Amino acid sequence: MSTLEIKDLKVQVQTEDGPKEILKGVTLTIKDGETHAIMGPNGSGKSTLAYSVAGHPRYEITGGTVTLDGVDVLTMSVDERARAGLFLAMQYPVEVPGVSVSNFLRTAKTAIGGEAPKLRTWVKDVNGALDRMNLDATFSQRSVNEGFSGGEKKRHEIAQLELLDPKVAILDETDSGLDIDALKVVSEGVNRFRERDGKGVLLITHYTRILRYIKPDHVHVFVAGRVAESGGPELAEELEANGYERFLAAVPSGV
Amino acid sequence: MTVTETAESAVRSALEVDRVESHLNPPASYDLADHPVPTGREEVWRFTPLKRLRGLLDGEASAATLTRETTLPAGVTLSEISADEAVALGELGPNDRPAALAAANAGGALLLDVPAEAVVAEPIVIRLTGESVDDLVWGRLLYRIGAHAEVTIVLVHTGSVRYSALSTFLVGDGAKVNVLSLQDWADDAVHLGRDAIRVGRDAFVKHTSISFGGDLVRMHANVEYAGPGGEAELLGLYFADEGQHLEHRLFADHNAPKTKSHVVYKGALQGKGAHTVWIGNVLIRKIAEGIETYEENRNLVLTDGCQADSVPNLEIETGEIEGAGHASATARFDDEQLFYLRSRGISEKEAQRLVVHGFFNDLIRKVGIPSIEEQLLETVEAELAKNVLKVSADVEGA
Ligand SMILES: Nc1ncnc2c1ncn2[C@@H]1O[C@H](COP(=O)(O)OP(=O)(O)OP(=O)(O)O)[C@@H](O)[C@H]1O
Ligand SMILES: [Mg+2]
Repeated sequence: MSTLEIKDLKVQVQTEDGPKEILKGVTLTIKDGETHAIMGPNGSGKSTLAYSVAGHPRYEITGGTVTLDGVDVLTMSVDERARAGLFLAMQYPVEVPGVSVSNFLRTAKTAIGGEAPKLRTWVKDVNGALDRMNLDATFSQRSVNEGFSGGEKKRHEIAQLELLDPKVAILDETDSGLDIDALKVVSEGVNRFRERDGKGVLLITHYTRILRYIKPDHVHVFVAGRVAESGGPELAEELEANGYERFLAAVPSGV
Repeated sequence: MTVTETAESAVRSALEVDRVESHLNPPASYDLADHPVPTGREEVWRFTPLKRLRGLLDGEASAATLTRETTLPAGVTLSEISADEAVALGELGPNDRPAALAAANAGGALLLDVPAEAVVAEPIVIRLTGESVDDLVWGRLLYRIGAHAEVTIVLVHTGSVRYSALSTFLVGDGAKVNVLSLQDWADDAVHLGRDAIRVGRDAFVKHTSISFGGDLVRMHANVEYAGPGGEAELLGLYFADEGQHLEHRLFADHNAPKTKSHVVYKGALQGKGAHTVWIGNVLIRKIAEGIETYEENRNLVLTDGCQADSVPNLEIETGEIEGAGHASATARFDDEQLFYLRSRGISEKEAQRLVVHGFFNDLIRKVGIPSIEEQLLETVEAELAKNVLKVSADVEGA
């Protein structure tokens, strides 16, 4: 079972001109086994939503709640959230020089599983997960994300998704910057994850092409810090055809 | 990790005057009168807390010694020689007062001899251990490495003492030498060390200085070249805790054409009053055409109340160089790195440890002495454990 419930979430960041509200009351529930897609124009707050749920210190929660299976997530530290079952595939994965992928993955798996994974099967699991993402075995000896191409970074995120096996995954533009083959590889990875029991996925994207591979149950249009409209997969088709104009028109200017 | 990244290859314009001496490093002299007691205002002393030198600026000869344990592979000899013999062998003279005092007060010198063409697989290990900080010890060491010899020399300093040492490495043509000096002193030790290296024609020298312990450690690593084609790689790693002063002063004197110097020093600081100093002086003389030099110093500041001084100096007297560059950066933990690691379930402390390990990792691998690498990683780990404990204590007290 895994339900991520976001209720009336309000988030601000500190800027030179004082606090700036970015999320203005986001409500979204991802039930057991569901995949939700969020689409919205640049700067509408999609990454802010993802980071806020993951607990990035830059984002200050000013209202609302986030729960995972009924448990308050917002009072947890970043790593506690991950151990509780949240995973964020980042739009811009961070380089960690001198820390090998293999050391990083083992440390993360140990933290999440509460004990060190069995060496023999673990090495096989890691190599398998990398291989399925078309990352050859040498990647495990390289420093985390250092010198990885944009596409390699994204595939590395999905390899982690497979290995760390969270309850709910938030994928922030994992499809951006991927060529067609990589897009397929990544989609297959996400779909393998979805096939596992009761996994939730929140997929942030600008493009409908990934939704042809990963079929969402729900699509949300995200505009100016809130969900402007929710619907089924057909909503994505409408966005593809008409853009965001209809939704932007409804937003008061200056926001 | 980009707080104060200075511009790379910020190169000073070539000077017209053909100076024999450089202001970057005082001229060598055995005469104490040439090295007056510093006031602390001198360029070469301005970062050093003189009070804490405790007798090393004006001390007398003493009967105290360091306990010496050596591992000497076959073919390598260690012997005692007189001061005159040291000079006759081509010792590189002292450039500052403590080094001149070491020469004056040490009595004789210790000579390590590696014959020409000897290829010594096993490291030569010299362990020097101090008894007590009440002891004032003067050291004078000469390393003579014959032409085309290949050798690794490891010096390990432990225990407690006030120690000033003058060391000279005379590296023969075509030789390959790897030197590591580990300062793993007890908390109250004071150590002033001057390592000067003369790199033979087409020889390669790697010199690594690693400082963890001691109240005050100030190490010089000076390089000059006996002919063209010589190459020096100067590495350093330091980890300063509360109240510690760790200073590393480099001087690469490109006095011959087609020579290379490559300097990488990395340090971490934690705790109130932890102070590190890195001075990277490079002089490219008029004659030194076609040389390459690069120097880099990176500092990672783990807590408040620390200070990392980092001063690269490039003085260029010829326009005909292959490449010259430097980089210096001092930074705190990168929040984005920590967030990324923590978002994978890794605790804050564990994430910090990973980042620091990562910071030092590539450098430790470069040292190229497998038997030491593991020990270095463990020492970094032990240093970090202090910080981790401290951080949690601070949080509780807050
Ligand atoms: N530290 C900050 N200071 C000022 N503004 C910020 C800060 N962080 C985020 N913002 C602003 O918040 C808004 C939302 O940013 P966010 O990254 O969440 O958008 P997004 O929907 O993910 O956009 P994209 O599609 O381009 O990835 C943007 O206007 C951004 O400039
Ligand atoms: Mg975004």
